[in-house]
Amino acid sequence: MNRRVVVLKNVSKSYPLYHQMMGIKNFLFNLPKGIRSMKNSRIEVLKDISFEIEKGESLGIIGKNGAGKSTILGLIAGVLKPTKGTVFVEGRVSPLLELGAGFHPDLTGRENILLNGILMGYSKAEILKKMDNIIAFTEIREFIDQPVRVYSSGMLARLGFSVVANLDPEILLIDEVLAVGDMDFQKKCIDKMEEFKRNGVTIVFVSHSMDNVKRICDRVIWIEDHSIKMNNDVNTVISNYTRMR
Amino acid sequence: MRNKHRLIHHYIDLITVLTQKDLKVRYKNSFLGYLWSIAHPLAFALVFFIAFKVVVKIRVENYTLFLISGLFPWQWFANSVNGAPMIFINNASIIKKVNFPKNVLVLTHVLQDMIHFLLAIPVIALFLIIYGKAPSVSWCYGIPILLFIQFFITYGLSIIVASTNLFFRDLERLTMLFTTLLFYFTPIIYPEHMIPNHYKPLIHLNPMASLMVSWRNLFMVGVLDIFEICLALVYAIIIFFLGHVIYKSLSWRFAEIL
Repeated sequence: MNRRVVVLKNVSKSYPLYHQMMGIKNFLFNLPKGIRSMKNSRIEVLKDISFEIEKGESLGIIGKNGAGKSTILGLIAGVLKPTKGTVFVEGRVSPLLELGAGFHPDLTGRENILLNGILMGYSKAEILKKMDNIIAFTEIREFIDQPVRVYSSGMLARLGFSVVANLDPEILLIDEVLAVGDMDFQKKCIDKMEEFKRNGVTIVFVSHSMDNVKRICDRVIWIEDHSIKMNNDVNTVISNYTRMR
Repeated sequence: MRNKHRLIHHYIDLITVLTQKDLKVRYKNSFLGYLWSIAHPLAFALVFFIAFKVVVKIRVENYTLFLISGLFPWQWFANSVNGAPMIFINNASIIKKVNFPKNVLVLTHVLQDMIHFLLAIPVIALFLIIYGKAPSVSWCYGIPILLFIQFFITYGLSIIVASTNLFFRDLERLTMLFTTLLFYFTPIIYPEHMIPNHYKPLIHLNPMASLMVSWRNLFMVGVLDIFEICLALVYAIIIFFLGHVIYKSLSWRFAEIL
């Protein structure tokens, strides 16, 4: 059996309804009520979730909007803390960001590559060493020294994916970002992910595209009503999932 | 141990790249960007000069110089704190996805304004020369000391504002009001000896007062008062520590509230 790199054990996550206490003015005028509502009203997003991911495995997460898929990614990335239970992650987590997130519009593509890579936890030296590979992968070399505000959304997607794809990720988190970009580039991304699979990179893939899930994932977790409805190999889960709808 | 070393190294990388980014964005139109940000305190100096020297006829020698040597350091403080409420909000998309030390965003925000202030010191020197004076040798140690103290006060306050603003979004409006009020309670446009006697002890309750008086004395006469510096340092330590505690207790909730 392979080493486990991600372990979620009896994880629950709930958020307080922050919007009720927005603003100092509101808070002070409704002080007793405000404190009570802070304690009581919480939305439960995940209920008692447990699963493990082995090194080199590709796990898909499917389910309806708002089922809690992105929350799971947030927990693995370490930006969210579980309300109950434990999350264990070993290795460097590289989230593939949504379109243009973490990019500064006034900086050039090249400068944004550095910025993005640094925020992901890579060192400056590592990024500069890989810079040429990253730029080559984007296939938009002629725009690379232009500010990214002139980029099209497809070009932004290329830039974002290229940074993550070329910096030796250990655990890759992908949240529904492949929908943009042209067919060529989508294919290139899928190819790159298959290459990652061969190289033993662990992938967590959240998607509504069953075709892409089938191509990339070995195993799929189906989230419904905030808990795991099914956790099995890719074909079993997807055939059940599509039958339900 | 090795791991810790790598962490510190990455922290330094983060700070340099983010600061470079801030400076690049700010000075994109190179010299014009620089002129703009110097024009701001100079314009205020002109306004106060007209109001207090020409109209009210305040009896302070070299009033222009007096104003400038206080307004430039104040500008650093005010810019950083006024910009603080938006720091985490503007980076919401990345905070929600990537786990990185978020206080670096505040650190570089303050650092960037500090560098900007450093670049403006030659302007102060120029005004000294115009007034027939010269920069003092004591600047060599005085500037680093005051820079250090002001950095910690400004960072501490900025991180308090940036963190709590996520939970109370109207703090943003209060911040501007707060810095403006604090400005008039700080001896910048008037000398501290003009404060009526029975209010004088209160001036030390203002954390910025000692610091601003020290900057002005350093720039105008090249003298540092050890009592004022110690007091400013005590405030710096308290505010920095408070900011650190508030950030530590709130930061893990940033991603869920943004």
